[in-house]
Amino acid sequence: MKKVSQYQPRDERAHPPYVSPRYVSTARRAPLLPAVAIPQSLSELTGPVFGDEVVRHGDDDLTTNAGTGSPALGERIIVSGQVLEARGRPVSNTLVEVWQCNAAGRYPHVHDTHDAPLDPNFLGAGRMLTDAEGWYQFTTIKPGAYPWRNDHNAWRPAHIHFSLFGPAFLTRLVTQMYFPGDPLLDLDAIYMSVPDAAARQRLVAKFEREASRPHFALGYRFDIVLRGREETPMEGS
Amino acid sequence: MPSWQTPAQTLGPFFHQGLARTRQAFQLPWLCGDAVDVIGNVLFNERTLGQRIRVEGVVYDGLEEPMVDALVEVWQADAHGRYNSPLDTGESAVDATFTGFGRAPTDEKGAFSFLSIKPGNVPWLGGLVQAPHINVIVGARGMARQAFTRIYFDADAGLASDPVLSRVPAARRHTLIARAGGEHDGALTYRFDLHLQGENETVFFDF
Ligand SMILES: [Fe+3]
Repeated sequence: MKKVSQYQPRDERAHPPYVSPRYVSTARRAPLLPAVAIPQSLSELTGPVFGDEVVRHGDDDLTTNAGTGSPALGERIIVSGQVLEARGRPVSNTLVEVWQCNAAGRYPHVHDTHDAPLDPNFLGAGRMLTDAEGWYQFTTIKPGAYPWRNDHNAWRPAHIHFSLFGPAFLTRLVTQMYFPGDPLLDLDAIYMSVPDAAARQRLVAKFEREASRPHFALGYRFDIVLRGREETPMEGS
Repeated sequence: MPSWQTPAQTLGPFFHQGLARTRQAFQLPWLCGDAVDVIGNVLFNERTLGQRIRVEGVVYDGLEEPMVDALVEVWQADAHGRYNSPLDTGESAVDATFTGFGRAPTDEKGAFSFLSIKPGNVPWLGGLVQAPHINVIVGARGMARQAFTRIYFDADAGLASDPVLSRVPAARRHTLIARAGGEHDGALTYRFDLHLQGENETVFFDF
């Protein structure tokens, strides 16, 4: 019988609670009853595997992947990092999906009504698979800040949305990456929905001179840590 | 000791361009190009084994209003109860035509649907089995992080002995069971609504 590893619990200090009073719309959308704890079975310990069928050449360059032939406007940046399990194992070959607004703070989404210009050459979405050591990298432009309706003068700090799978259903993670030194961070109800200050810091990318390409783009490093496997495998099915 | 886990954050209202790309989601439709989404709500192809099903429902908020900006993702076993994952410990063959993963954004009425196949029984610990079920993740603007639940199928013989359902308070089990609604185009239809709050708040799991 093959053995299957269990995962460490979700770290409740690291993740935002559903009810987050400063983030006003959680009031009507947060589950209120306690979650039912269940053991990890094959349903949670397995997860989808994606390959080249979902990632196309050029999907990792958001400055050109709108396919219009003209580059997106804005400050070009390279974002890279390693996807790891909490115990330091790299997560290889896992799908990373990113989306963001343009340099002016506007999404091309039909429901974004912010009065800032659309960029006809910026799709604002990318996809990639991590390599054997868990590394991903994409080229984009630095997103702008944008207002939202949380309170009368609320602005989202510049951010890039990330979606990750990891090896198992229970390692699925959707998060956001922020930029260092942004004065909007401490005012942002979504960033601040993470109760632990050290955990919040893990959402902030680091500027890295070595990750920059001379005469091309500045580099930011954003490592992502998913739930990790426990050391001792348990008896499988 | 800290876990070093990266915190979850909300999907926000504009995830469609990244996760569920359709031309209709764009103010500038050419941006979408031919890059329409490859991970969608149809999980099988013509060679996939198993009973075709259509699961449809609405996601409701605490005021029982449909949520038009939620994302529902599903993960399920094939008709023989095997997950298409290297981590499945079973030894029988996996249906290679079936990845078992799908996603659907809710529409302007808060509705989502999946076309799939009825999963088989899935092994549980200690040689027991779980009744056929679909694993679900739901996320949206206003959900600080995503929530996990399951869809079971009504009238299944295995429901009474399912080890997960038996951990759920009896009065809330109905929130996890999709109701059969007849046949449509060769598929059995099932209705499964999600309620984030209220009298019928869906059971969410922690594992
Ligand atoms: Fe955003």
